[in-house]
Amino acid sequence: MKRVILVIVALAFTLSLKIASVHAEKKLVIQGSTTVLPIAQKCAEVFMQKYPEANISVRGGGSGVGIAALIDGICDVATSSRPIKDKEIKKAVERGVDPVAYVIAMDGIAVIVHPSNPVNELTLSQLKEIYTGKISNWGELGGKNQKIVVISRDVASGTFECFNKLVLKKQRVRPDALLQASNAAVASTIKRTKGAIGYVGLGYLSSEVKALKIEGILPSEDTVLKGTYPISRPLFMYTNGKPKGLAKDFVGFVLSKEGQRIVKEQGFVPLK
Amino acid sequence: MKRTQKENLIKGFFCLPASLSIFFLLGIVMVLFKEGLPIFKVTSLKEFLFGKFWYPTYEPPEFGILPLILGSFLVTFGALVISVPLGVAGAIYISEVASPKIKEFIKPVIELLAGIPSVVYGFFGMVIVAPQVAKIFNLAVGLNAFTASLILGIMAIPTITSISEDAISAVPKKFKEASYALGANKWETILRVILPAAGGGITTAVILGMARVYGETMTVLMVAGGAAVIPHSFFEPVRTMTATIAAEMGEAVAGSTHFYALFAIAIVLFVITLSFNILADILSQRFRKRLG
Repeated sequence: MKRVILVIVALAFTLSLKIASVHAEKKLVIQGSTTVLPIAQKCAEVFMQKYPEANISVRGGGSGVGIAALIDGICDVATSSRPIKDKEIKKAVERGVDPVAYVIAMDGIAVIVHPSNPVNELTLSQLKEIYTGKISNWGELGGKNQKIVVISRDVASGTFECFNKLVLKKQRVRPDALLQASNAAVASTIKRTKGAIGYVGLGYLSSEVKALKIEGILPSEDTVLKGTYPISRPLFMYTNGKPKGLAKDFVGFVLSKEGQRIVKEQGFVPLK
Repeated sequence: MKRTQKENLIKGFFCLPASLSIFFLLGIVMVLFKEGLPIFKVTSLKEFLFGKFWYPTYEPPEFGILPLILGSFLVTFGALVISVPLGVAGAIYISEVASPKIKEFIKPVIELLAGIPSVVYGFFGMVIVAPQVAKIFNLAVGLNAFTASLILGIMAIPTITSISEDAISAVPKKFKEASYALGANKWETILRVILPAAGGGITTAVILGMARVYGETMTVLMVAGGAAVIPHSFFEPVRTMTATIAAEMGEAVAGSTHFYALFAIAIVLFVITLSFNILADILSQRFRKRLG
């Protein structure tokens, strides 16, 4: 009797090991940038339809959160709207993690104003002066004599981080700038406020707001991809070492023709 | 089983959920302090509470929440100016003036206001009220403390009305009868007899309404504009403590100074809410004593 029980226990044990290993192979956790979230989400959906045995969970949290999760081994793929920081690489090396980057799409940040605003273009330094508070009237920029209502994003968002780096050069946004918590909320406020200026991802442009030329270049897929539009950035997926198994298949899928079509559908700029 | 045993069993059974909520409260408070206190290794309490600039992600960071505290108070004050007169007057009307038929209709309608999700109020404020405010007062932007106070004031009315109404209805009938017997008319009776008698309940209602406004998050995030500056007038955009936590917590890396700072804001919120509650308790007891 004892022996039978032992055999059953042993069998159950090996079986559960096997199930666990199969399970581990087909499970993929993606975490990170809320900017990349729509791409990752949609790609995961389509991918799982094609390979029903795959189980992909996608979470947001922000670029920093995603990279931290990759370093802690909580996720398999970290999405990020900025390159990994030196501090993070150091931390990863300490934990024996080797982050490998894949550029999966390009994102452009468009500077938008109310359609009735006569100003059509700004230079990067003018834009910086507006956001740091040196310029506060549209009259100084050849527009109407009207106060500039500066709209910014919450300081933790990836879009802010990118704008902060590329435009503000890490100088402080004027403290009385309005804060909106999403791209959609910025666009919606600009649409209703005549003197307002704000910035959103390229996917949030519509006929109800006017995108400004920056350094003479209008934001578009073409100018972002060529890199001529100054406020553009690559979007990343990070894996620990060269990806294997499901992670490799998934990153491959995102970079494939089909994946890049999804990138475009979600309002970003595909690589090809 | 003996009767006393049974009794004790039932007592124990009902004691469980009550003590469970204390347990949860303690857990939350502990987490708040555990995650919030590390910020004071980076900045002093004085700099935190009285600093004028909130730049948590810059190098070097600044964690001054004075603009956020003042923003919270300004919006709360504005909302009370709107909701207290309307709420208390509504309660008097419902309990003393309205005919039973009107009362039956109006009471559930006011309570329905409380059932509308705050994000709906926020959306309404952002899309409809804010542009009108900007137009009427000739402002550059309608997302400001005034608009936020207006919307939050409406949101607090059901709390204030329904609790005040309960308090007014609980005033013993004898009081009213005695007042009429002395020759007072209806208005004098309401103002001199009923309101003072229900004062404790009405104070509690006002303070609970205040707590409701003060802790409200989604609506202020959408409507108040969100500028972290010390406000000088009602027509400027302001940012509250709750809105800051909501906007920034989602993407703050766990364990970073920014994360600790947001938890420290939550501690400040908690302490202020707690003092509201203690104040409500003291005031309502004082009223009770005065009535004898």
